[in-house]
Amino acid sequence: MSKFSHEKFEKNSILLLVGILVMVAIGGLVEIVPLFLVKSTIEKVEGIRPYSPLELEGRQIYVREGCYVCHSQMIRSLRAEVERYGHYSLAAESMYDHPFQWGSRRTGPDLARVGGKYSDDWHRVHMDDPRAVVPESIMPGYPFLAKTPLNYSDLVMRLKANRVAGVPYTDEMIATAVEDLEAQSNPDADWDGLLERYPGAVTRDFDGNPEVISELDALVAYLQMLGTLVDYDVFEPEADGNQR
Amino acid sequence: MSETLSAGSPTGSSTPLMRFAALGTSILATLLGLLWALNAADTGMAIHGWIFTLASALTLGYLAKNLNPTKVNPFEAVDQGYSFSVVRYGAIASIFWGVVGFLVGLVIALQLAAPALNFDWPFTNFGRLRPLHTSAVIFAFGGNVLLCTSFYTVQRTCRTKLAGELAPWFVFWGYQLFIVLAATGYVLGITQGKEYAEPEWYVDLWLTVVWVVYLLVFLGTLMKRKEPHIYVGNWFFLAFIVTVAMLHLVNNTTIPLSLTSSSSVIVWSGVQDAMVQWWYGHNAVGFFLTAGFLGIMYYFVPKRAERPIYSYRLSIIHFWSLIFLYIWAGPHHLHYTALPDWAQTLGMVFSVMLWMPSWGGMINGLMTLSGAWDKLRTDPVIRMLVVSVAFYGMSTFEGPVMSIKAVNSLSHYTDWTIGHVHSGALGWVGFVSFGALYCLVPWVWGRERLYSVKMVSWHFWIATIGIVLYICAMWVAGIMQGLMWRTYNSLGFLEYSFAETVAAMSPYYWIRALGGLLFVIGSLIMAYNLYKTIRGDLREEDLPTGQVATA
Repeated sequence: MSKFSHEKFEKNSILLLVGILVMVAIGGLVEIVPLFLVKSTIEKVEGIRPYSPLELEGRQIYVREGCYVCHSQMIRSLRAEVERYGHYSLAAESMYDHPFQWGSRRTGPDLARVGGKYSDDWHRVHMDDPRAVVPESIMPGYPFLAKTPLNYSDLVMRLKANRVAGVPYTDEMIATAVEDLEAQSNPDADWDGLLERYPGAVTRDFDGNPEVISELDALVAYLQMLGTLVDYDVFEPEADGNQR
Repeated sequence: MSETLSAGSPTGSSTPLMRFAALGTSILATLLGLLWALNAADTGMAIHGWIFTLASALTLGYLAKNLNPTKVNPFEAVDQGYSFSVVRYGAIASIFWGVVGFLVGLVIALQLAAPALNFDWPFTNFGRLRPLHTSAVIFAFGGNVLLCTSFYTVQRTCRTKLAGELAPWFVFWGYQLFIVLAATGYVLGITQGKEYAEPEWYVDLWLTVVWVVYLLVFLGTLMKRKEPHIYVGNWFFLAFIVTVAMLHLVNNTTIPLSLTSSSSVIVWSGVQDAMVQWWYGHNAVGFFLTAGFLGIMYYFVPKRAERPIYSYRLSIIHFWSLIFLYIWAGPHHLHYTALPDWAQTLGMVFSVMLWMPSWGGMINGLMTLSGAWDKLRTDPVIRMLVVSVAFYGMSTFEGPVMSIKAVNSLSHYTDWTIGHVHSGALGWVGFVSFGALYCLVPWVWGRERLYSVKMVSWHFWIATIGIVLYICAMWVAGIMQGLMWRTYNSLGFLEYSFAETVAAMSPYYWIRALGGLLFVIGSLIMAYNLYKTIRGDLREEDLPTGQVATA
């Protein structure tokens, strides 16, 4: 020990560089790698499926507008939180989220289980003018969403890129992506194929304007499915595989 | 301090070959930009293609005009063979981006107090402007401060000029291009949706190229040093550069939809993405905003106080333990979430341990003033530097406290976090940067002293009051909202609706905005003062006794 001298690092820039790299690599390796290797990291639950094409495009709007800056999608396992927002969030519920949208600040409420909580009408008015439905709200208005037709020219590429990243989109899902997107918000469409591919998908005209598929259609389709996939009447939080 | 002020060093001139190679590269870059702009899959990408083309064409034009540089450096006498031109550019960019970033911060603070200020337009909503603010202050302001101070420090302490002739300039201008692409992207809605890592894949790639060249310039300068030892400030700068590269590459691993699309899909998902993100996010704080700025502290505090670093041993222990422990702290952003418990606990334990090396650094900085405490009274610049270290100590105590799970259950998701970040960002990063700029500008422009020392005092006090208003408002707002969320009434139901807790924030948001306004005013005073200093003006002032006209 007495032989060790820090001088070696101070006189050799490459040694210093290597020393730094070793020191800063350890923590990340220990904390990140096991999350991919330990199977119990993500619970095995029924009902989790990839986003339908319309939901995925809606999620893209959510990301684009920076909703995650003010809204979390992560209900912590605390009593007051579970009573306010519903069952605590499972890792499985965001396993197809590239990127995750857990958020870090609740300037507005948590949205992990906002699906089905409000009507489409409420969302329409709220997006147009938040203070029309919640007088205390400080959320910006997004009236332009209803007026902007959804651009889904990159839909197939987005599904394919998600598949490369590990989301189990099948060839069939990719082949029918555009069709499925257009069907989901069309009240006159045949939804059987869509519902078979994306069980539990909500199908209706979300923005109240059947003429066009707007950005609002996509966003509301996404919001209305958040947190609805897992049936908590049958989920057993105490089961072995669900303890982390 | 292992440095002499009158270091003479060789002025290497670039070979014509290098200049031709650079010329060729910028022709290629221009063509690439054109190709990109014309084939873009979306408007955002087209705009960015044109910006890239314009930047490359300007570089091309400049290089073509200056193939045989004959221009005389007007600062020859000041530079003494060092490459200080790029430091001067960096200082100006720091001031500019600082004021811009603080202003955007003020705007979004006002938006939270008065939501009508969002104007309900896509380009001006809080969700798009908030990343603009965070990136502008962290990466544009902080980044430029780090660029220019690290380039200055490494040359002085190695007694040699920067490695490379054009490379440092590429780093500087390449970095500005990164800022412009990132900032315009946010406003246009181009984002990856990861906090503090919002720029899309092609902007990330560009930054990677710039960053690698930055590392090479820094390392190359270290390697040709004329001092046997690498000065401690440079350890911190090196750790900052290397670690940020590692974090950036892993966190931004992404699959572009196509080569001409501005959109991409991150390879990580859900819980793993959360862990990677906060490993990145917390160490953006740890290495960008801490290690890098500690490098500044280790050069500018002793230099300005004209005292050696308090303890050499402490700096060794503090350096290695800081960089080792910081990396582990990320999971404290994910307490009680779906992240496995073992990772949360690890994150908490290491965050608490991190308190020690952090305070080791604070003590080393503060105690450097031993025997020179009187300067606090006479020199507002040293006052700024010392208070920055004090803020560093305060927020690195607050951080470990907030990382304890029980505390975090209250503080997380509230404005307490925002207040904590700003006591570090405004108090530590802001003040140490201002202090460094007040030192650096007279040094590299060869001015006898600052235009006005009194204005520094004004800046100091106005900004300090601003910070105090800001963080106190956020403490009250955060703790109050956290408590309201968990308050039960006598019947066992939650007492407050979410909307009620939002309404309760209003007065604090106004106070916070006022604090921000004061901070902006302070930075404008600094901008004016430094502008006059650069011009060479001197304001007639009675200097307090003991005030040396520090050049």
